Amino acid sequence: MNQAANIVRVTGVTKTFRLGKVDVQALKGIDLEIQRGNYISIMGPSGSGKSTLFNMIGGLDKPTTGKVFIDEVDIAQLDAYELAWLRCRKIGYIFQTFNIIQVMTALENVTLPMIFAGVSNDAAVEKGIQLLDLVGLGDRFQHKPSELSGGQQQRVAIARALANDPAIILADEPTGNLDLSTGEEVISLLKKLSRERGVTVISATHDFKMLNVSDQVVWIRDGLIDKIESREELSISVGEIGSKD
Amino acid sequence: MAQNRAEDRSKQVDRLVVLPFKKSLEISLKSLRARFYRSLITTLSLVLAVSFLSFVRVETDVANGMLSTGDPVIRQKLVRAGYDIPPEARSMGSSPKQRWIVILSLLVCVVGIVNAQLMAVTERFREIGTMKCLGALDRFILRLFLLESGMQGLAGATAGALAGAVFALLNGLLRFGATAVTSVSLADLLTSVGFAIAVGCLLSLIGVLYPAILAARMQPVEAMRVEQ
Repeated sequence: MNQAANIVRVTGVTKTFRLGKVDVQALKGIDLEIQRGNYISIMGPSGSGKSTLFNMIGGLDKPTTGKVFIDEVDIAQLDAYELAWLRCRKIGYIFQTFNIIQVMTALENVTLPMIFAGVSNDAAVEKGIQLLDLVGLGDRFQHKPSELSGGQQQRVAIARALANDPAIILADEPTGNLDLSTGEEVISLLKKLSRERGVTVISATHDFKMLNVSDQVVWIRDGLIDKIESREELSISVGEIGSKD
Repeated sequence: MAQNRAEDRSKQVDRLVVLPFKKSLEISLKSLRARFYRSLITTLSLVLAVSFLSFVRVETDVANGMLSTGDPVIRQKLVRAGYDIPPEARSMGSSPKQRWIVILSLLVCVVGIVNAQLMAVTERFREIGTMKCLGALDRFILRLFLLESGMQGLAGATAGALAGAVFALLNGLLRFGATAVTSVSLADLLTSVGFAIAVGCLLSLIGVLYPAILAARMQPVEAMRVEQ
């Protein structure tokens, strides 16, 4: 029962990178369970291994030892097709650098994952316009990325991540390249989507604005989980930070 | 149970991760258009090499056409122009020296294409990685690159072959007068141009093969790691 609620389960994951002649252990044994529909922030300083963990959860990288389960499927067992299927349908990615495909319009960017998923062109366009409407870019779907601001590009990326109704949205520093107010807009949009659509949002970040909306915060330090705080515990510590100014 | 699920999944996979041919054509056309000048420069070396090939072949066709008239005056003119015609011969091929130069120029052209396409792949690491994150299979990426290169090859080789043929005909006209153009066999001419176009397309595809395989095999995480 409890098992089924976990959309992501990470057990004993380590990851070793080879940098020149030295082995660097980026992750030293992570155990983590993430429940469906939650908004999770993975927090930690740069170099703490949070991006590595993030890539593991997203099936972008394979752990040296340990296992990552998504919907109780061990992703190390999946072949190339199945991984592509997972990336296409189960997971939506949002990146710090937006990664909108430059040669395509906003709408084409949003419809691309649907085309991969075998949706007909008309249906994909219709849904693409709906999604762009949802993120507040309904009138800009024919624009090229170069004609959009950073915040708008990130909204396109969010719409694109939602294209195939994924169960998980993985956001790697989604506000890292945005100014304060645009960052806040993006965060509240993600929170809204998570609440309304029951999508699990997992974001790697060191943006403290994220803390307010997170159901759970995972603090990573030196490749290990430092602590996991739930929302209730958080509001206290955020209150403390807030009381200082 | 788990086995069943995995089987179901792989059945779905075949059905569900697709990129229709029409769509890939559309995407590759779009990226060609977006990087028009860049593609133009990549294609230019192909245009030059193919036009040289076409020039040499059509020049031989012109000489053959003139030989086939059987007129001793024209034959004399050809010999004076430096053609190496064995006595009594009614036709001739291109000289070994010419063939070597053509082969060399085509080789240089392929190396140039490989170089340009490797750079294009590096430039597009992020785009490729993003597509893979959105669920693209290796072969989608491979197909996109091959299509782009095929179109570049076709356009460049056609332009080059026609330019080479026109130039060879003009050259014949200037050196030997109207007989050069009137006596050339149309079938030979078309064969030469067609051959040059085919070689051009082939070279373009050969040139992109290694860079495209490199791009297709790339792991999405590597693509994401590349600094801007």
